[in-house]
Amino acid sequence: MYRYDDYDRALVTERVAQYRDQLQRNLAGELSDDEFRPLRLQNGLYIQRHAPMLRIAVPYGMLSSTQLRKLASIGRRYDRGYGHFSTRQNMQFNWPKLEDTADILAELATVEMHAIQTSGNCIRNITTDPFAGVAPDEIVDPRPYCEVLRQWSTFHPEFAFLPRKFKIAVSGTLEDRAVTYAHDVGLQLYRGQTGEVLVRVIVGGGMGRTPILGSVIHDALPWKHLPTYLDAVLRVYNRYGRRDNAYKARIKILVKAIGAEEFARQVDAEWQLERDGIATVTQAELDRAAAAFTDPDAPERPSTDAAFDAAVAADKAFARWVSRCVRAHKRPGYRSVTLSLKPTGVAPGDITSDQMDAVADMADRYSFGELRVTHEQNVVLSDVALADLHRLWQEARSHGLATPNIGLLTDIICCPGGDFCSLANAKSIPIAQAIQEAFDDLDYLYDIGELELNISGCMNSCGHHHVGHIGILGVDKAGSEWYQVSIGGAQGNTTSLAEVIGPSFAAEEVPAVVKTLIETYVEARTPEERFLDTVRRVGMAPFKSRVYGETTKNAEAAHG
Amino acid sequence: MADLIRGNALVADDWTWVRLPESSEPVRKSAGKVVLFKLTGEPAAPEDVIAACEVPAGKVLLPLSVWLKRRDELAVRADAGEIGVWLDSHEEPAELAESLGDNLNRLPVIGVNFPKFIDGRGFSTAFLLRTRYGYRNELRALGDVLRDQMFFFHRCGFDAYLLRADQKPERCIAALRDFTTPYQTSTDGLPPVFRRRVGLGAPA
Repeated sequence: MYRYDDYDRALVTERVAQYRDQLQRNLAGELSDDEFRPLRLQNGLYIQRHAPMLRIAVPYGMLSSTQLRKLASIGRRYDRGYGHFSTRQNMQFNWPKLEDTADILAELATVEMHAIQTSGNCIRNITTDPFAGVAPDEIVDPRPYCEVLRQWSTFHPEFAFLPRKFKIAVSGTLEDRAVTYAHDVGLQLYRGQTGEVLVRVIVGGGMGRTPILGSVIHDALPWKHLPTYLDAVLRVYNRYGRRDNAYKARIKILVKAIGAEEFARQVDAEWQLERDGIATVTQAELDRAAAAFTDPDAPERPSTDAAFDAAVAADKAFARWVSRCVRAHKRPGYRSVTLSLKPTGVAPGDITSDQMDAVADMADRYSFGELRVTHEQNVVLSDVALADLHRLWQEARSHGLATPNIGLLTDIICCPGGDFCSLANAKSIPIAQAIQEAFDDLDYLYDIGELELNISGCMNSCGHHHVGHIGILGVDKAGSEWYQVSIGGAQGNTTSLAEVIGPSFAAEEVPAVVKTLIETYVEARTPEERFLDTVRRVGMAPFKSRVYGETTKNAEAAHG
Repeated sequence: MADLIRGNALVADDWTWVRLPESSEPVRKSAGKVVLFKLTGEPAAPEDVIAACEVPAGKVLLPLSVWLKRRDELAVRADAGEIGVWLDSHEEPAELAESLGDNLNRLPVIGVNFPKFIDGRGFSTAFLLRTRYGYRNELRALGDVLRDQMFFFHRCGFDAYLLRADQKPERCIAALRDFTTPYQTSTDGLPPVFRRRVGLGAPA
């Protein structure tokens, strides 16, 4: 894992001092709330419904056990004993006091953490595959490139006040697990004919009010040009992106307005200014970053384990957990484990301080002291020995972290919604819980199979509803909360945007609508088909007629 | 009265910043000559307002539109070093460069206006003036110039800052040093941190 050197440390320490000064000026009335706002946002601080929300950066989703223990202790001391993992692999605290925020940042700095650029109209935390470095289908480990870009983007002097937020995702696998087509910039790392690392640069994807998949503007960029090429992308956007309307200010609107080809041409022209210049990354720097992400010093292990096989055969609950929460690993005798933060009755992504400590202990005992946060809001222990899985499962279960639902309907991606977020049109957590309760029969859940259900409380789409197999969006109609349901979205290599099935529903109708969609699928599916495959094969019509024909006959008339 | 910082010192301002009156009916035109994005446009001053703009004696910092339309009449004063030009956040440095035969260094001062501090276009304008256009004389930040952006102004190539009236100059000067070891290169010539790290200083 990347460790700070003196440069990194100095920067984060100086940021704490700068922020403390800004906060004190605001509290003293010297800095108006309006002027403090963009500054605090760039430090991850929102003013929410009940209290400020502080979003802490987890660069490309990687955490050490020491860092997680610090988050646990911050949760206890400054919050209400828990935190929330977001869909951008960050951690959010929902209840800190404004006056405490500088002290929290100072504590974070002691474990090489910060809240820099976790919000605001700037380059945000860069996300990547949570299975980076251990996935069997990996072509290029994205983490060293993410680290190079973390440094490039942190306090970039030219791009601190962009028209709107700017999100970058990086992937280096056959199966894209970083949603690269739905980001402002998606970077796909792959190898060229002589093994050199090249980058496919995708721009202008995004969710939000205008969901759109990105366009490839460079198909084979040599990796060393990433910072200068991205400077060019950002400069064109910074100068010509719309600033008159926040809903039309993302780069996707600019790319759509002038066309991807013209955008690529302008970026290329701009790039010539810096190309091959001093900002071109050196092999030495990439090697330095890569040295921080070497495989753990893990002993060689046999590729099978008799005790493990016996436990799977003897214990159905363990077998279920293994089938859902344990993934293949590139090294024999090891597996990656996903700890579910989606038990029924808990807001998706929420984790208590006690659970954080427990996860940190498990990471130390079973996974070399490291863990990752996924954009699906779960936690991954990446390097667990096959022989340790049963013990790990028992421990995880005792802490409520072994719900065997990864990739199933109840593994819901969900934003904090109207319970916390002041942007939300509608609540999202109670909807997630109601759906989880409606599908509490594990056998049925397994029979339904792989299904991604994503919920956002507003158009900002933090819950990624556009790429859910089933997406649910909270909308406001004349001051009351309604939910729009869509189907057919997907992430990964066959990314697609979900289509709305029809008029929206009241909160209490949503679980029944989901049930009807599932019944329609179960009746129409072929043995091999997932929900998404059936939707793609038979189309929207059968689902639509079933839902509107049966469940809510008068939906159209009632609430248009 | 706004304070002027030049380099890292508070100095007397010997330039008059000339602005056009707010037009009652702004003409919407696309941003700049190299029109890349036509959806919004920016207000442009009508001809009569440009013609009527009073240019006082002494050193004057003029709007781009006034300079472009009236540069024949201003040529003698320009040669005497009395004319500077400022760009608004949507205006193109290319237009200014073209008007000067691509030699921006004929101007002793160029200003870049920040109508609101969250409008970050001026950072790119400054970067381009210092790099693509090779401008070496005073580059002055105007408008919503606040201490919390001083570090970024400086790194993007500004070396003079006309502070918003409520700003404390000594604290703005201190803010130029908010960070000691930035990661990236910029117009200040500082190499990116990976070329400065001990033992890894060699270029690619």
